[in-house]
Amino acid sequence: MKRVFFNNRWLPWLLLAPQLIITAIFFLWPAAQAVWQSFLREDAFGLNTTFVGLANYKQLLNSSEYHNSFWVTFVFTTSVTVFTMAFALLMAIAVDRLIKSEKVYTTLLVWPYAIAPAVAGILWWFIFNPSIGILTYVLAQVGIRFNYVSDPTDAMILVVLASSWSRISYSFLFFLAGLQSVPGSLREAAAIDGAGPVKRFFTITLPLLSPTTFFLMVVNLVYAMFETFAVIDSTTYGGPAQSTNILVYKVYQDGFVGQNLGSSAAQSVILMAIVIVLTVIQFRYVEKKVAY
Amino acid sequence: MTRIFTASAVALIASLSAANAATEIQWWHAMGGELGAKVEEIAKNFNESQSDYVIVPSYKGNYVETMTAAIAAFRAKEQPAIVQVFEVGTGTMIAAKGAIYPVYQLMADNSEPFDPASFLPAVAGYYTDTEGNMLSMPFNSSTPIMYYNKTVFEKAGLDPNAPPKTWAEMEAASKKIIESGAATCGFTTGWVSWIQTENLSAWHNQPIGSLENGFGGLDARLEVNGPVQVKHWENLKKWADEGLYKYAGPVGGDNAPPMFYSQECAMVMNSSGSRAAVVENSKDFDLGFAMLPYYDDVEGAPQNSIIGGATLWVLQGRDDAEYPGVAKFFTYLSSPEVQADWHQVTGYLPITTAAYDLSTEQGYYEANPGADTAIKQITLNAPTPNSKGLRFGNYVQIRTIIDEEFEALLAGNKDAQGALDAVVSRGNALIEEFQSQNQ
Repeated sequence: MKRVFFNNRWLPWLLLAPQLIITAIFFLWPAAQAVWQSFLREDAFGLNTTFVGLANYKQLLNSSEYHNSFWVTFVFTTSVTVFTMAFALLMAIAVDRLIKSEKVYTTLLVWPYAIAPAVAGILWWFIFNPSIGILTYVLAQVGIRFNYVSDPTDAMILVVLASSWSRISYSFLFFLAGLQSVPGSLREAAAIDGAGPVKRFFTITLPLLSPTTFFLMVVNLVYAMFETFAVIDSTTYGGPAQSTNILVYKVYQDGFVGQNLGSSAAQSVILMAIVIVLTVIQFRYVEKKVAY
Repeated sequence: MTRIFTASAVALIASLSAANAATEIQWWHAMGGELGAKVEEIAKNFNESQSDYVIVPSYKGNYVETMTAAIAAFRAKEQPAIVQVFEVGTGTMIAAKGAIYPVYQLMADNSEPFDPASFLPAVAGYYTDTEGNMLSMPFNSSTPIMYYNKTVFEKAGLDPNAPPKTWAEMEAASKKIIESGAATCGFTTGWVSWIQTENLSAWHNQPIGSLENGFGGLDARLEVNGPVQVKHWENLKKWADEGLYKYAGPVGGDNAPPMFYSQECAMVMNSSGSRAAVVENSKDFDLGFAMLPYYDDVEGAPQNSIIGGATLWVLQGRDDAEYPGVAKFFTYLSSPEVQADWHQVTGYLPITTAAYDLSTEQGYYEANPGADTAIKQITLNAPTPNSKGLRFGNYVQIRTIIDEEFEALLAGNKDAQGALDAVVSRGNALIEEFQSQNQ
């Protein structure tokens, strides 16, 4: 570790100032406002304000819609994370075996990452559209009626696919880098000892990949929980019957559409707590274990 | 946040460039595309007609986004003088007493001529308080009507000039259309909340809520789980299972127009405001217009349908110099010529009787058969307390609840009674909350 000493007591603060000011204005101040707002009951225009203590939180904890949103978020984030990582790993293993065309495939597989979530959402919305969707048409030919407009399960499949699709590229890159850093000599040694390809994968490659896997798991969880707003908003609007109304989208719906600022603020405070927990996990475990 | 910054940046530039004479008046609206161009044109014509005021229209996204932007701007003291708010936001606006400048008062304060009686009763009634004062300026009002495909009707062996009048006839016609193979779906609808719930209630003279559908005050509660509504939702579920009816999605029902244009569904119920778009997209077949169907065993049906669309609200807190200009602009806006033109180009209702008469005189209805379906339907009978409209706080969210419960019904998780009971109990919880926020 390199240590730097400053002679002037104020210089370090001055150098840190831009970052600190930005953090204070764009993070700490709004966060504090959200906490304060969550104790208030207020009309949309801010003309009548009452301090209600924890009433907004109590109401949330008793609300079956909020419980539903938690459950939906759980199903959604787990599905997105597992699907993304499994698919990315599969692709990475496939590409890792290629010698000549590796670069071409890598480039092609990274492409979807350049697509904005809202666009990805619209894309899948069209592909699966009950009236004009091409995949819906194909599915109908084999007797499957896929309709995300009225079927909760189909809607969940749609948002999971749309959210995972562009994210697979990101995980793929990390897995590929991880695979390529597994020393070939280890695998060769195992092969000489008589271990088959499957055994080699599960006893050597996978354990050596575990830091990458753990890192990707945390990153993908955070992504699925907090960065998928655009996908939901461009496809299902949280429906049908709240079946894809994840926590982040509910904050928007209650706060911006419904103008219920108190409840919305309380929800974002709860989300903030979740982010803090995830960040702590990431710093404690991931940063220590991942070696790039 | 960005929106507010951009808005104020635009306002700043605009005020610098026109600093010499005219007073700027900001008008935030939700009219995109062709409607937006028409809004710009109205503002431009008004600006050219006088030199004291400049109306600056700016498009703020859809209705929800526009209303949200205006409320956020009000909290930041950056509000526009005029904002377009959709009908379900009316309850929220009326309750915000310190934020709004009631139109009747604005017109009186600035001695502009203003006669509420010149507006269509069904339109004016929606935006009038219990003392008969008009609180906002009607702008674009519409009502749901039925569009149908005459070509498919003919193929199915139905009379293309006799669209179904009752729901029983709807069912029979839909069955015939599917059995004959003329189309794969009988009918679809936009706006399950607005058309198949609120308008269904008004059309059959059934209450949507207590205290005259909420016009009587903040104590009003929803009562939309009556026998007629339950029967109708039950039928819709049955018809959806039989394939006669296809659900087109929540809110406005995004999939309804394409299903009709592609001739998948033979009939669609949607806003009269979408007339121009429907005509434009129905060139491959003959298009027919009809009133909404009704149940002939319900006494008093058909009553009259209720409106949707939006009005212009004036917000408090701008410079005093702006309000006389706003009043002048409203006078201009409600003049028969401007209104008749707006009505004929867009398909929205003519909001004044004079504009309707002018359109008739100009031969518009003769040249465009079906263009008067909406106005005939809305003026079919004098509005009753059940068919004046509705006025509840938090209604934007209640609309979402209606969609959700309808979806739960379609998914088979609830029966019609259970779904509508849930609409009432969940909706009333929101109304109670709104009441406690505003008292």
